[in-house]
Amino acid sequence: MPKLPLDGIRIIDFTVVIAGPAATAKLGDMGAEVIRIESIQEIGTGARTTRAKITKEQMETSPIQRRAYPDGDPGERPWNRGAGFNAHSRNKLCMTVDLKKPEGLEILEKLVAQSDVLIENHATDYMERKGITYDWLKKIKPDIIMVRMPGWGTHGPYAYWRTFGSTAEGHIGRSALSGYQDMDSSHIPWVFPADANAGTIAAFATTAALYHRKKTGKGQMIDLALAENILNILGAPFLDYTMNGRITENPGNRHPSAAPHGTYPTKGEDRWINITVTNDAEWNGFCEAIGNPTWTQNENYASTGSRWENQDSLDEHIQSWTKEQDHFDAMHLLQSHGVPAGPVMDAGDAVRDPHLEARGYFEAVNHSEIGVHRYPGMFFKFSETPLKIRRPAPRLGEDNEYVYKELLKYSDEEYSQFEQDGHIGMDYAPHVP
Amino acid sequence: MTTEMALEGVRVLDLTHHYSGPFCTKLLADYGADVIKVEKPGTGDPTRSIGPFLDDDPHPEKSGLFFHLNTNKRSITLNLKSEGGKRIFKDLVATADVVVESFRPHVMAGLGLGYDELKTIRPNLVMTSISSFGQTGPYAEFKATELIIYGMGGAMYNAGVPDREPVSYGIPTAVFQGGGAAAAGTMGALYGATFNDVGQHVDVSIMETLLGSVDRRIAALLSYEYSGEVGGRESMGGGFATGYFPCQDGYFVMAGSGNIMFPRLVKMMGDPEPLQDPAFLTPAGASDPDLRDLFEAVLIGWSMDHTKQEIIQLGEENGLICAAVNDMEGVFNDRHLNERGVFTDIDHPVMGSIRSLGRPFVMEQTPWKLRRPAPLIGQHNVEILKDLGHTSEAIVQFKQNGVI
Repeated sequence: MPKLPLDGIRIIDFTVVIAGPAATAKLGDMGAEVIRIESIQEIGTGARTTRAKITKEQMETSPIQRRAYPDGDPGERPWNRGAGFNAHSRNKLCMTVDLKKPEGLEILEKLVAQSDVLIENHATDYMERKGITYDWLKKIKPDIIMVRMPGWGTHGPYAYWRTFGSTAEGHIGRSALSGYQDMDSSHIPWVFPADANAGTIAAFATTAALYHRKKTGKGQMIDLALAENILNILGAPFLDYTMNGRITENPGNRHPSAAPHGTYPTKGEDRWINITVTNDAEWNGFCEAIGNPTWTQNENYASTGSRWENQDSLDEHIQSWTKEQDHFDAMHLLQSHGVPAGPVMDAGDAVRDPHLEARGYFEAVNHSEIGVHRYPGMFFKFSETPLKIRRPAPRLGEDNEYVYKELLKYSDEEYSQFEQDGHIGMDYAPHVP
Repeated sequence: MTTEMALEGVRVLDLTHHYSGPFCTKLLADYGADVIKVEKPGTGDPTRSIGPFLDDDPHPEKSGLFFHLNTNKRSITLNLKSEGGKRIFKDLVATADVVVESFRPHVMAGLGLGYDELKTIRPNLVMTSISSFGQTGPYAEFKATELIIYGMGGAMYNAGVPDREPVSYGIPTAVFQGGGAAAAGTMGALYGATFNDVGQHVDVSIMETLLGSVDRRIAALLSYEYSGEVGGRESMGGGFATGYFPCQDGYFVMAGSGNIMFPRLVKMMGDPEPLQDPAFLTPAGASDPDLRDLFEAVLIGWSMDHTKQEIIQLGEENGLICAAVNDMEGVFNDRHLNERGVFTDIDHPVMGSIRSLGRPFVMEQTPWKLRRPAPLIGQHNVEILKDLGHTSEAIVQFKQNGVI
């Protein structure tokens, strides 16, 4: 079997929360050796956990926390068991080092000398305070690629502001273009594509820089601002403003010019189907699929324009049909008539979905502290070097021996010393909550 | 001195349309690849008929959406159903590193242009196929739109208000996420093809790029696997000081909950007496509806006396994470985005000069460059065909025969 595309590339992963880990997940999947840098002295703005030693009692106060641990059990080392971290940290390694101690930076320096890329998504000042700058890296490894992805980028008036996906999207105008049309902005959904999108585009940027480096021998610095990056998908509303002076309206679940286009209730509790009809052929398919009831002949629904004008009454009719349908059966029926339709799938629907099953999307993985579970799989499929979960998410400090001894050539004595000095370990220090 | 670009020398044949595919190839073009967009003679990419249009004139060269998604590309029109069109396409494949397409899965093989055929023309070819549900499986040929695909792959079920229908991303977003993932996969495959001599067919299912989206969806899937429980559209666990709130001139968004942020927020508001209750900082307090009501009354009483700009400024000074909920006018006038050069004035032969969005990220040593605006339909037919060795007479013939 030929090598994976990024086999032989070593990436130092300083990423936190969501956007950064989303980038290194894709790079690891494509074969890069991704080494997460963590510390047993602090959880920081953790991707791994927000509460290292969470108890069962604490978990019960938050439904999201409760669902995140296998069988509702935090176990002996809860920090190795959380769903958020374990979902996106497959194919990554983890070493621990305390960068607050002077020798921490020396350890990192040795790793930099043997690496190709360093990726981080902290607030801009964080890396600077630690002394981990592009200039510092370049002195150690002249052709290094540094990828930085702070909220607002590394320069400009807001360079040092802190942000999350939520605040970035509010600022760059995506939030105002989402949510219910008939509710005020307090109800904009708390779901943020900015993080995932920045991670994906950072993986693209990193591979593009690696490609250029392999051709020319030159490394570089990439400044990917989370906020700007998600703004880049808003070309249409931005140009509507610059070309026509218009503020695009939030379409909600509707379409700006076609109908029906929406989310309709089906049989069962909190079950829904999306149906979108954007032309006459799809409309005719829809009418035929539901048995051509007389209301479909109403001239109010005869053209795309009139359907759009009369969509409130149209939606009432459609609901009266969907309410009697199973959301998956209705998808199959409508799709067989050429109508774009699909259920709003909850996590259980997805895990049981026959299409995903046929494509082998979920992969069974054995994690040494959790046992075998099925994990969300690859972002894309490669034909000649199939990508897969080669190893589960790393436990805290799981790869210390490999990194310190094999890569950095520290002796057994030095390794023991680093353990005593609080760099190396698989448990958080007693003071970490 | 001309600045080099990261993907200089890479040639991409772009058979994509609508959103996802063009966004993927735009990323490649924006960082230096020679992207040849292959369009259907006559109508071209259907995105040319999607607004907004300059001056609301629905002209195929005046779509703002097309303008944004196709910067730095060249356009050739080819009838891929004609033998002549196929011949030209195959000749182009021989010169290309990457083919990206976004038809339904049966189409390319049906045209005799599947991966197996194309790789015999160009060894180590990377071919990326972007589709709603992937190249295989029972839904492979299903039709989808932004709303359908987000409902099936994304976090829609968990988005919105309990007791109402789930709510979408609003403005198209999921389709861009799929295109970005396709660009990352294409680039990884191209690296392997160029330096390890392994070509690749990359199968991108937009549904799967959303399922794996590290935005809460992926965690929700694994949480279900771990616990057997599905989360609803209940408050998403941010605590009641986290969310969107009204102020004097609109709305602002903040993450103000928790033991670190909440005290900063209280201090920012001038330490109002009702929020001094230590119960606010206990886990039970964070889900107590009476405390929520009390908090919101105090916060909104305060915020309605302040503008977005004042709140953001105070938030920044107090170490809070907050921002304005802006519309595009606010974005257009934003000092940070303007100073960083996010916006670019682009000259277009039909539309004139339009202020648009430039680079999605900064590559400091090989910067983003605007080499050309989005192409007119078939704008580069002659130069591309001449490069393949066709004479002016032959090109006229292609045109008469409906090949281009």
